[in-house]
Amino acid sequence: MTAIWRRKKNLEWVGQAIVLAIVVGLLVLFGHNLDQSLKRLGLRLGFKFLDSQAGFSVAESVISYDPSQPYSRVLLVGFLNSLKVIFSSLIAATIIGVVAGIARLSDNWLVRQMAKVYVEALRNLPLLLQLLFWYFVVFLALPKADNPIFFGFIQISRSGINLLGLALSPEFSSLFAGLTFYTGTFIAEIVRGSIKGVDRGQSEAARALGLSSGVTLRRVIFPQALRIMIPSLANQYLNLAKNSSLAIAIGYPDLYAISSTTFNQTGRAVEMMILISITYLAVSLTIAGLLNAYNSRMQRSSR
Amino acid sequence: MNAKTTIKPVRWVQKNLFNTPYNAVLTILCVWILWSISSSLFSWLGQSEWTVISENLRLFLVGRFPETQLWRMGAIVTIPILIASTLVVRRSQAWNFVLIPVGLGTIAWLANGGFGLPLIRSSLWGGLFLTLFAAAISTALAFPLGLLLALGRRSELPVIRGISTIYIELVRGLPLIGILFMAQVMLPLVVPFRLDRLLRAILGLTFFNAAYLAENIRSGLQSLPSGQSEAARSLGLNSIQTLRFIILPQALRLVTPAIVGQFISLFKDTSLLALFALFELTGIARSILSQPQFLGRNGEVYLFIGLIYWMFCFGLSQFSKRLEVRSS
Amino acid sequence: MINTIKTETPILIANDVSKWFGKFQVLRNANLQVKAGEVVVIMGPSGSGKSTFIRTFNALEPYQEGRITIDGIPLTEDIQNIDQIRQNVGMVFQQFNLFPHLTVLENITLAPIQVRKFTKTQANEIALRLLDRVGILEQAQKYPGKLSGGQQQRVAIARALAMEPKIMLFDEPTSSLDPEMVREVLDVMRSLAKSGMTMLVVTHEVGFAREVADRVIFMDAGQVIEDTTPAEFFTQPKEARSKLFLSQIL
Ligand SMILES: Nc1ncnc2c1ncn2[C@@H]1O[C@H](COP(=O)(O)OP(=O)(O)OP(=O)(O)O)[C@@H](O)[C@H]1O
Ligand SMILES: [Mg+2]
Repeated sequence: MTAIWRRKKNLEWVGQAIVLAIVVGLLVLFGHNLDQSLKRLGLRLGFKFLDSQAGFSVAESVISYDPSQPYSRVLLVGFLNSLKVIFSSLIAATIIGVVAGIARLSDNWLVRQMAKVYVEALRNLPLLLQLLFWYFVVFLALPKADNPIFFGFIQISRSGINLLGLALSPEFSSLFAGLTFYTGTFIAEIVRGSIKGVDRGQSEAARALGLSSGVTLRRVIFPQALRIMIPSLANQYLNLAKNSSLAIAIGYPDLYAISSTTFNQTGRAVEMMILISITYLAVSLTIAGLLNAYNSRMQRSSR
Repeated sequence: MNAKTTIKPVRWVQKNLFNTPYNAVLTILCVWILWSISSSLFSWLGQSEWTVISENLRLFLVGRFPETQLWRMGAIVTIPILIASTLVVRRSQAWNFVLIPVGLGTIAWLANGGFGLPLIRSSLWGGLFLTLFAAAISTALAFPLGLLLALGRRSELPVIRGISTIYIELVRGLPLIGILFMAQVMLPLVVPFRLDRLLRAILGLTFFNAAYLAENIRSGLQSLPSGQSEAARSLGLNSIQTLRFIILPQALRLVTPAIVGQFISLFKDTSLLALFALFELTGIARSILSQPQFLGRNGEVYLFIGLIYWMFCFGLSQFSKRLEVRSS
Repeated sequence: MINTIKTETPILIANDVSKWFGKFQVLRNANLQVKAGEVVVIMGPSGSGKSTFIRTFNALEPYQEGRITIDGIPLTEDIQNIDQIRQNVGMVFQQFNLFPHLTVLENITLAPIQVRKFTKTQANEIALRLLDRVGILEQAQKYPGKLSGGQQQRVAIARALAMEPKIMLFDEPTSSLDPEMVREVLDVMRSLAKSGMTMLVVTHEVGFAREVADRVIFMDAGQVIEDTTPAEFFTQPKEARSKLFLSQIL
């Protein structure tokens, strides 16, 4: 009979048990230390503090808010501000990215070069730096609100963007611009790659049928490229959502910024950490789930 | 001959910029965009003031590191190069296990001080040097962790796979700023000894980076045909030998471009340390800009450090492209 | 046919081996006995479990029921036994599975050095002798990617032989080769058989089976349903399924 310690299954279980023991041991140790530290600081874990008055004001909010309201309300304000900037820049980045990606394959030399310069310039710069640039160098250097620059019906000034009466703060505008143009470069590369990935024979066949190059791109190439690009696109959307947390650098009150203020006021490190983690994980999972659902629908319809 | 050279550019313009009415419109639109960007750029350049750069050049490069101790920085840069070249020359496995820990130890000693060297507080660290240091050290530390996580996630053993997967997905689901926040705020609560602010930041970057490296490495492992490990096992190699001689050499070569890409991304991400009171390139820029005499010189400063970041990232990305071409 | 007169206990015994991939049963009480020095060819329709069967013999596939004993060592969950059996059993794959990042020589010497603890010189000596034997001595320093399919498969055979196995398993060694290269590989296998090596060969090469095999095994649906001499198998198969199969390949 095989000795117990030489059986593969047994060895595997022992190995796993050891790893598990180490991980659990570390967690227990951390938990213990945490307990000690919190005792020393005189803090007790719990989310009761969320009900007490926040006491700080927030520059902008989608819902009504005043400082007498509790922390839970101000965190909700931050969360909604995050969603606002995530979804608006997600759409804008997709448009910019698709345009730039197609432009990189244009037969117009100047268009191609400009798209290339845009992608190579912004992709290789830290997003944080770009945000600081948009905020301190672009928006704060613009003319005052009573003398704005006009782009059609968009007014741009030091107080942000005014879009047909919809006023956007300079903080939001900078974050929006930064996220959009930065993420746009990555989307452009994905779009370019997947268009090139669609079989060349496809475009030749479409041309042979007498379709114009525009129709070929829109009706033949792009739908196929879309299927290739969805997973990488999903990744970029996730990155954008996570990157929106850099808002704090330019004072846009997003979830992270408000959590940070809350932490500074209450010293509730663990609770805030849990809240931030759960929220971002939920946003990430939602985006991933939506794109997965879309992806599987695409895949089914292609068969 | 002469006629040809004058005709050629015209023909080129016709062919590449005005071949269809649609392209002609696009060309004009582009020229207009270029013109408006460059005109505002030139008007800004006219009023820009670059003394903020020249006067602070040292701060940008090495932060407030004491001048008499700058040689230590040189040594810190030289050691990895020495180790790398030794390992290339003497391709013996045993040296890995001696040189790398000794090298890391020496770097830690030089960085921190003690044992005869004056201590240097981490708040004196800064500038481009800190940016490079943080990126390099956290990559070096994250690599073994990422490798283990990648192997763990591909393991057949459910517990090990589960732990690795949870770690990777948790970390990848969180923004870096959140991880750095935890590293700053939570680490001191859960470890009984004092950790320096810079060290905490580097650990944060490491934990973050490891999850992404793990996914890169995993994709390399996944793309190897299963026949490779089967052949190795059928020759009697055990699983560790199979990994070491067959799987890792091939998988790591495959993912080198992706790892360089990850390094670029980490290099950019070090700028977030500025939000945690550290003075790497972005942090030192902000601290310079907060001095009264340089107030409002945002454009000059951000453009300057932007150029530095850009040169490193662009250079590395070209390098990784070359690797990709060569490996295919 | 000197080899067929063997009385000692078989070197490989598979008793009622059953295996499932999830709910799907690949092997159903498969039986096989091979004596030292025998050459056994395994035939059968695609999906009948031939590959799976021989892959169990060096523990590339675990099995759930039955018993396998190789050279007196039971193939169980015992890791020491598994290691020993893998050293005793060499395997050649349809896709060669050479290590592309190692030279031909390194492909062959890796296992002798790492597993058998030979010195580099010893291992090189063995490798060069084997390369000579399979007729590609001059390719020793090349990388596998630079070799033709037939050459690669011969390297793979040399690589397996370098561990001095007692049994060699071949899983369709010529199926992914261009027709003009099949012969050079079969020639190597033929001379290997002549040298007295115990061989288990999954193949559709009827000529090879007729000429070299001591026995032909026919598998269908995970069972060994016929076990006979090549002469008998190709001229008067007993089972209906064998007949059908032969009518398709001959
Ligand atoms: N890893 C696996 N998981 C699930 N099913 C498998 C696996 N490997 C093989 N099978 C199934 O087991 C059956 C037997 O496979 P096997 O490769 O042994 O057949 P074979 O006789 O070698 O066929 P061929 O002549 O095509 O090589 C097939 O139906 C195959 O689909
Ligand atoms: Mg098979």
